Amino acid sequence: MKHWWKILAVILVLYTIIFGFLIEVPALPILHESIRNLFFHVTMWFSMIILCGVSWVYSIMFLNTGKTDHDIIASESANVGIMFGSIGILTGMIWANFTWGAPWVNDPKLNGAAITMLIYLAYFVLRNSMDEEQKRAKVSSLYNIFAFILLIVFLYILPRMTDSLHPGNGGNGTFSDLDIDNTMRTVFYPAIIGWTLIGVWFLTLRVRIKKLSYQRETELINNNI
Amino acid sequence: MNDIIFLLKKEAQLEFRQKYAVGGILLYVISTTFICYLSFRSIVDIPTWNALYWIIVLFASVNAISKSFAQESQGKLLYLYTLTNPRAIIIAKIIYNSGLLAVLTLATTLFYSLFLGNDIGDLAQFIIVSIAGSMGLASLLTLVSAIAAKTNNNVSLMAILSFPIILPLLITIIHASKNAIDDLGWSVNGKYIIVLLALNALISALSYLLFPYLWRD
Repeated sequence: MKHWWKILAVILVLYTIIFGFLIEVPALPILHESIRNLFFHVTMWFSMIILCGVSWVYSIMFLNTGKTDHDIIASESANVGIMFGSIGILTGMIWANFTWGAPWVNDPKLNGAAITMLIYLAYFVLRNSMDEEQKRAKVSSLYNIFAFILLIVFLYILPRMTDSLHPGNGGNGTFSDLDIDNTMRTVFYPAIIGWTLIGVWFLTLRVRIKKLSYQRETELINNNI
Repeated sequence: MNDIIFLLKKEAQLEFRQKYAVGGILLYVISTTFICYLSFRSIVDIPTWNALYWIIVLFASVNAISKSFAQESQGKLLYLYTLTNPRAIIIAKIIYNSGLLAVLTLATTLFYSLFLGNDIGDLAQFIIVSIAGSMGLASLLTLVSAIAAKTNNNVSLMAILSFPIILPLLITIIHASKNAIDDLGWSVNGKYIIVLLALNALISALSYLLFPYLWRD
């Protein structure tokens, strides 16, 4: 059973979808039933940050070892992370339109999301601006390491100094205040694991495709010589 | 240590030989300020004044530092590589660019308050924030210019790569300098200045650690 984690991912995501809509949620003003978006929107950001963290770790490993495989994993996990980020922004905008009355408000968390997308899009522009493989891998993993640390500073340290509409900042209640009886946690934590595993599954598929296309390229070159 | 002083001398000599480069950046600042003056006439709102000031400084800094590595030809880089170690080079570049940007920021302050008026409450604190901020900008942009110099179209990439990652720094700077303009005193603003200095230290340390990997080609 080498694929147990794929089965686990499917089960966890199914569990999230079914129980995310069925369980009792705390009745709160403003939020009401839209609090269920926690399982589908917030989890996207957790998965994205985890995948970007994977990308960061593999970038460091690439600089230490110089193996092309590490660079492939780093760039592809950033790719999958961006996909989760886009879904996170979309689900957040739909939700914010109902709850706050506008799809985009000036809020540190939203700005952080936008900056994250800009950083990783810049990372891909940087990658595509170079042709030589080793040089591209080296320069872009260096930028990835630098940018991710500044991103963490932007996302988790600076917002502590200002107010946010999101829970846990500037006088808003935190997650544990909203959810006294812990029912939401029974879906929330499995949901994070489930979505992240789905992301890892995407990642492994994309890495295999990339490796195969590299192999084909080198074979073609060798045959032509 | 001797290497760093030697490299600093080299940078200063190069700059002195190409006086038009510094003059060009100064002219850039003056004409941008003059455009703002003609567009706004006068700015009463303090947040706007402050944000516009830092946007001018940011664009001038990107312009000033983007040539930092791009002007070195491939052969000259190889020559430097045989003479000294990469850590000395990045430290020398950061120190030199910090000095350059500090001068540039002070000149911007002068022209900006000349044209658009100034309501700065605590001038000493404002200048300290400006200098600390320009040091942060210098160290971040130096590494980004080294990255951008490795690619073919480094002028536009410089902006794309640096703007998203410069934001944590820029937001802290804008907060701190607004507090200085409002004359909130050291008890309030001290916290922001400490965060700013901590960010500077973080960015410099990262540049110091990462640059040697970029150097070898």
